[in-house]
Parts: sequence; C-alpha cells; structure tokens
Amino acid sequence: MNLTVTVNGTAHTVDVEDRTLLVHLLRDHLDLTATNIGCDTTSCGACTVLLDGESVKSCTVLAASVDGQSVTTLEGLAEGERWHRVQEGFRSKHGLQCGFCTPGMVMAAVSLLDENPSPTADQVRQGLEGNLCRCTGYHNIVAAVLDAAAAKPVTS
Amino acid sequence: MSILGTRVMRVEDPKFLTTGGVYVDDLRDPRLDGAGHVTYVRSVMAHARVTVDGSAAAALDGVLAVVTRADLADLAPPPVPLGFIPPALGRPWLADGVVRYVGEPIAAIVTESRYAGEDVAELVSVDYEPLTAVVDPRVSATDETLLFPDHGSNTALAFEAGSLDGLFDGCDVVVTQQITNQRVAPVPLEVRGTACVWEGDGDDARLTLWASTQSPHGARDQIATALSLDPDRVHFIAPDVGGGFGAKFGVSVEDLLLAVLSRRLGRPMRWTETRTENMLGMGHGRAQLQTVTIGGSRDGRITAYSLDVLQDSGAYPHFGAVLPFMTQLMATGTYDIERIAVRTKSVVTNTAPVVAYRGAGRPEATAAIERAVDMFAAEIGLDPVEVRRRNLFAKEAFPLTTQVGAAYDSGDYAGALDKVVAAAKYDELRAEQQRRRDSGDTKLLGIGVSSYVEITAGPEAGTEFARINVKPDGSVVVYTGTSPHGQGHATSFAMLAADELGVPIERITVVHGDTDLVARGGGTGGSRSLQLGGAAVHQGALETVDRARELAGDLFEAAAGDVVLDKARGGFHVAGSPDDVRGWAEVAASADAEHGLIVDTDFTAQGATFPFGAHVAVVEVDAETGKVTLLSMTTVDDAGPVINPVVVEGQRHGGIAQGVAQALFEEVRYDEDGNPQSTNLADYAFPSAAELPDFTLVDMATPSPLNPLGVKGIGEAGTIGATPAVQNAVVDAVAHLGVRHVEMPTTAERVWRAIQDAREGAK
Repeated sequence: MNLTVTVNGTAHTVDVEDRTLLVHLLRDHLDLTATNIGCDTTSCGACTVLLDGESVKSCTVLAASVDGQSVTTLEGLAEGERWHRVQEGFRSKHGLQCGFCTPGMVMAAVSLLDENPSPTADQVRQGLEGNLCRCTGYHNIVAAVLDAAAAKPVTS
Repeated sequence: MSILGTRVMRVEDPKFLTTGGVYVDDLRDPRLDGAGHVTYVRSVMAHARVTVDGSAAAALDGVLAVVTRADLADLAPPPVPLGFIPPALGRPWLADGVVRYVGEPIAAIVTESRYAGEDVAELVSVDYEPLTAVVDPRVSATDETLLFPDHGSNTALAFEAGSLDGLFDGCDVVVTQQITNQRVAPVPLEVRGTACVWEGDGDDARLTLWASTQSPHGARDQIATALSLDPDRVHFIAPDVGGGFGAKFGVSVEDLLLAVLSRRLGRPMRWTETRTENMLGMGHGRAQLQTVTIGGSRDGRITAYSLDVLQDSGAYPHFGAVLPFMTQLMATGTYDIERIAVRTKSVVTNTAPVVAYRGAGRPEATAAIERAVDMFAAEIGLDPVEVRRRNLFAKEAFPLTTQVGAAYDSGDYAGALDKVVAAAKYDELRAEQQRRRDSGDTKLLGIGVSSYVEITAGPEAGTEFARINVKPDGSVVVYTGTSPHGQGHATSFAMLAADELGVPIERITVVHGDTDLVARGGGTGGSRSLQLGGAAVHQGALETVDRARELAGDLFEAAAGDVVLDKARGGFHVAGSPDDVRGWAEVAASADAEHGLIVDTDFTAQGATFPFGAHVAVVEVDAETGKVTLLSMTTVDDAGPVINPVVVEGQRHGGIAQGVAQALFEEVRYDEDGNPQSTNLADYAFPSAAELPDFTLVDMATPSPLNPLGVKGIGEAGTIGATPAVQNAVVDAVAHLGVRHVEMPTTAERVWRAIQDAREGAK
C-alpha cells in the first residue's frame, strides 16, 4: 500500500506491505536508524517516537495507521545545531551509557515534559516506566530529565 | 593540573543523542546490499529426538535456503567455548538429531526479506520424539538420565578447596542454610545481531563480519578456528554495542553460522534475533544451588565456613560451567576465617546454557557468605555490622593470600564498612526500625549490610595492547584492544593519553573494536579494561614521550636526556631554554611525514586486582502483603583512584541496579518439563525507573600496587555488593517475626509466605 507520512518535517510517500510496523518503516524504508527495537512485547520503549507530538511505541503501530500524520524521531529533535533541552540534560548528567535505549528514552522524556513541565523525581520515574535501561540504573536518567525540566524551554 | 580525576563529560555522547549509535542492525554498508536474512528455527521442546523436513519451506518464493545439520555434515563441530570444557559436551552447528533446550537452533532459513523469514520458519516441519527432560540440577547430578551419553556423566566440571575434616570442631555455634542463587537473564537492550560478507575468491577470500560482541579479537579467532581459516582472513568489527554484561563475550553458534551460510550462498548475510530468541538462546547467568555452613564462637568470631555449589550449566557448558572456580576463589570474601572448604560441581540440564553475567561467579560467592554472616549474627544475637567488624581482614594484613588461594592486593574493609554505615546513618535506621516494630506499624523497616571483595582482570595476570599515534598535525589517535560498549573508554583513555602527552582531549581520538585497525586485544569483560587497557595507554603515552624526546633532540641537536616536554604548551624544549619550543606536530612529522610517530606497547599487570566495598540497603516490607519497596542504597565501592568520576559513578549506578534486580525482581523460570516461563520483557521482571530509588555513592580510593595507575575494575562491583545487602534487608525487616531466610527474588508472595510459615512455626 502507499502512504504519506511526514517524518522530522519531511513528507515521504512510501509503498509498504500492509503489515509493516512504523518502526520498520522508519528504519528499513527511510533509513532513520536512531529508533531501536529492543523487544517483541511493547515493553522496553526503545522504539519510542512522537506521533503528532505524543509519544508512541513505534513497534506496536502499523505504518498504515499513520498515513497523513507526522512523526518525530531523535534525528529530528534538535533544531539545527541547537539541541533540545532533554538532549542537553542527558549529556550534562551522563544519562546514557551504551546508547541503545537513549533515543526512545529521550523521546519519552520530551513527551513527559510536554505533559508535565515541572515533574518531581517520583513523577519522572513513574512517567518513564515504559522505557527500560540496563546500563544506568536510571539514576542519571532521572537527573537528566529533572535538569531538562529546570532549563528554560527554547521558544522559537 | 592533571585532567585525571576530573569530571569530563563523555565524548561519545553527542552521536548517541543526535543520530543514535550505529549498532549491527543499523549498518548500511553498501557491501551488505542484497543481504540474505537468516531466521533460526528453534526447538520448542527441552529434550527430544528431532527429524527436520524443510522441503515445503525451501520451495517457497523468496526462500534462498533452508539449512539443517545434514547440510553441514562436512564441517567439524564448532570448538567448545573454553578449553576446560570436555569436547563431548560441545554443541553442534545445528541440532544433531537431539535437542537439549527450548530455543536450540534446529534449522537456518535464508530469505530475501526479514518478514518472509518469520513466515517461512513456521513451515519447517520438525517431528519431536520426547526424551526425559532434566531441569533440576539435583536430578541431573544423579546421572539417571544422561544428556550426553558419550560423556558418561552429567557433570561437566568440579572444583574443590580446603578440607572438610573436622571443619566445625570446636565451634559454639554452627548455622547452615540452602540458598538458591537464581538464574537470571543478562538482557542487554540490544539483542544479538550479526552481518557478514565475503570478498575475493578461493584462498584469497576474506570475511568481514560485524557482530554485537565485547571481544572482537577473541571472536575473530573463534571464527577462524571454527572455519579452519587463518585469522588474517577474518576482519571482525564490533560496531556500537548496546550492552553486553558478560553475555556477549565471544560469539555464539548463530554468529558463526552466518559466515558459513554467506560463503555457501555467495551473498552477504544478516541476522538480528528477536527479544524472545534472546531470552531463550543468548544464555543466562548465576544459577547456583548453594549450601552454606558457618561456625564460630558466641562472642562473634567466625572460625569455619563451608560452601557447597551445584552449578546449573544449562544444556551445553559455556562460561557458566567454569564460574564456580571464581566462586570458590572468592568464597571467604572479606573475612579472615581460619578454616574454609569449598566443593563445586557443574552439571548439564535441559535449559539454556549459563554464560557470564555481570560479576560472573563472584556475586554468587558474596551472596553466600553475606547471607551466612547475617544468619550467624542472628543466631548469636549480635548486630550484623558488629559481627562483620570482628571478622574482617585487617587493613595492615595486605597484601595477603586467603585460605582459598586468592592473592588480595590491597584493601581496607573495615574502613569501607565504617564509611557506609556512617553515611547511611545506620544507628538512626535501627532506632526507626525499632520504633515501627514497637508501634505495631505494618510497614516494617529492613536494614541490610554487605561487605564484599571481588577479583577483576583475573584470575591470571592480564595483558593488553595499545598504540599511540601522534599525527603530523599534532592530533593523536589511541588504539586499544579493549572493546567498550557503554563504558566510556573513548573519554577515559583520551584523558590518560592527554595527561602524559600534554595534548588536549579534543585532539585525541580512541579507536577500538576493529581487528584490522587494532593489532590485538582482549576485549572488555571481567572489569579488566581500565587496569589493563588504560594502563597500556598510559604506558604507551610514556613511551611516546620518550621517543619524542629523542626525535626532538635530533631537531635541537641536543641529547634526548636534555629535552623536556612542556605539557602546558604541548611541546618540547631543551632544559633551560624554554623559548625554543617544538610542538608535537613538528616532532611527530620528523618521525614520518605521512604517518607521524607510532608507538605500540603491551602492558602486563603484576596480577589480578581486588576491588572491595560495603553496601547498606533499606527496604520497607508490608507485613500484610509481603510487598517489598527499596527505599535507599548507600554504597562504598573502592576500585582505587578514579580517572573519570562521571564514568565510574555510571558504572556503579548500573551495577547496583542489576544487583538490586536479582534480589528483588528477576528470575528465569522453567517448568518441570523444561518449558521457559519468562521468554520476553512482559514476563521477565526487568525493573523500570519506577521500582528503583536514587543511589547514594560514598567515595573511597585505595590504590592497587599492581599497575602504575593504581586502579582496579569498577564494572561489576556494584552488582556484587548490592544483591546480598538487599536480600539481607528483606530478611532483617521480618526477622523479629521469626523469619530466618527468604530466597531470591524476594517477591511479595515469598515474603508473605515466610511470615506465615514463621507464625505457624511459632504456634
């Protein structure tokens, strides 16, 4: 089937199998490989992207269902050289090690801060429970998101 | 001022935070265009004779091949993963008439697309004729059903130390307990994946293989051996690796087979497993049944200890079969116990192979003795911290060799314990615990302590390679034989080079993970990297400076001995003539105008090192439901001087979380027929941020005398200390109700039952 989807601001018309998952559309058809696959059960959140601004796990979304919608992946988060405050927070607080969960974790955190701009540490922990990390023990991820929350959002 | 010990943010991170890492499945190398996708058909039974018919599948469009063991009859079996393991217990390329665990590869399907592979896998016909499944290692040890009749026994390996004769003679108090150190899954977030291509023909053919591994050079040699190739015929690349935790040391049979399939079909090949396959087939960690017995006097002196280990090796012995040796070596922990005896036996079962997992043999030793010390303390009615203080090796005793033969390099165990107890406000916690008990509060407080020591970069003295290349433009490329996958070597090793060369880290690049670019290497595992690879970079930088002083001497027409390096200015001058400075660029270019100055070095340590520490865990236990909530973790993890606190804290945080996870949440379970019950991240209790607190880290740095940096490994320490501290805390919370021990994971059900059983027993 043919579908049109805007990814990181660019419109793409692609021909995919009906059963294609959004994460495979991104990775295999558009070569946007930041978004990772870590499980088969929608448990780990490594594939988290923004769909019309809200976080979704792209391994459990059919590509066909996003026809006409807009997707943001990690690759599209920075505005040129200017990083999103969540990216800055993860860098300054060392909120990553192997980097595999990072794209999904960052996108989930962006969505979390959109919904709750001033979360407590506990709210960050609860808000990110759908995103798993094996390296950091979450300590620095929580610090990174709180750091991002404390930073002033960039207004364009 | 030295850059060492300062908080340098990782140079790796900008890529990960903008475009993401490049893991195996992300590779878009044009040589992989048109790659076949490999899908493995895996056994659904634990122990059975199998007959495979792939003809229906092979006839379908888009199917390039269906390969079974019969198609590989010309190949010698893959070598066993470690030389210790009896060859009769080796695994076949694909199931050879018998399957021995659920998840064992039976056939390999090669298709044009990944989706097609999953469709076709279901069309491969496998007939199973069930055999008796041996799941419990105690049953295996009886040898009633042999998994490998040619071997004549289910025992793969056995180790022992010390004498059992009269071990507990003269003890006032002897306590014994059976403990399950349960099987857990390593779960790196990136599953296994491999891609490969052959280029050239005949004897000139060369394999390039990318795999998610911790040890590219070792993996290259494994492949070369398995395929009877000269190692030069294999170019092995570890791209970004999304976590390993020990389980990705080397390569697995699935990786090896890709090279075979690629050669035979004349196409590049790719394989990325699913999480379910990863949970079934990558291998698991721990899996020991232990019996501990501890004896001593009523005044708190421990004089005798025995540890009996039955190691479940899984179906085909791997690292897991050998790890009881490490458990034995670390059995006495931080305690000066007069008499000690260890007996271990590793047996095969119809479960997934047991591999190395963060700590790999040492967490099991620490968990055993730390539970034993707590039970001894409870038995004599003395505070567990006080019992530990009365039995720790004294600071003045180092270096020392333990009763089981471990050569501890340096330590201050009482110092670590005192620090952590003070930081956690232990006395206040005990008062709060008592207050809750006295008031009848159903939210009980539990305080758990552990004291630990572990062995890193061992058991033998290790070696590692480094190359320092100062380019003619004055920039530096450091090549290391370690293979980081999250540990930040690109930052820490650049700091080490910068410190000796006087070149800013912005001008230093670290190269790793490519066997064509790096001459040799031992990879990253066993917390070896900084003390061996980092020390090699340090040594190489010193040798580079020495060589550069000779080159600068030629430029100055002065003796090398008169030339000094001014690190602040990044150049050389003759002593007493600081105005005429020749920079690194000029000096390096004088060695070779094209390549600059190149120095290769191999660092060999004087021995393994022994990091140590102490943890305090605080839990809240709901006496009505058994639910455990971890309130805090306070830890001292002393691995000697810290090169980069940012990286070391990260290693500690992650290690602590994995240790906590074993104590509270995680367990790989099989039913009595060997059917796995935890095959994905919905069934397996991998903790999220919501289940964990922040961690409080206390600094302590006792140098090792065995390497010039004085450093020890930090990768596994947190895991080793955390598990027993948390388990001890859970038992401590309900000890006043008569509970003596709770097995891991200390789930609500287990804790609730322990409370009920204690109440029944008290009636």
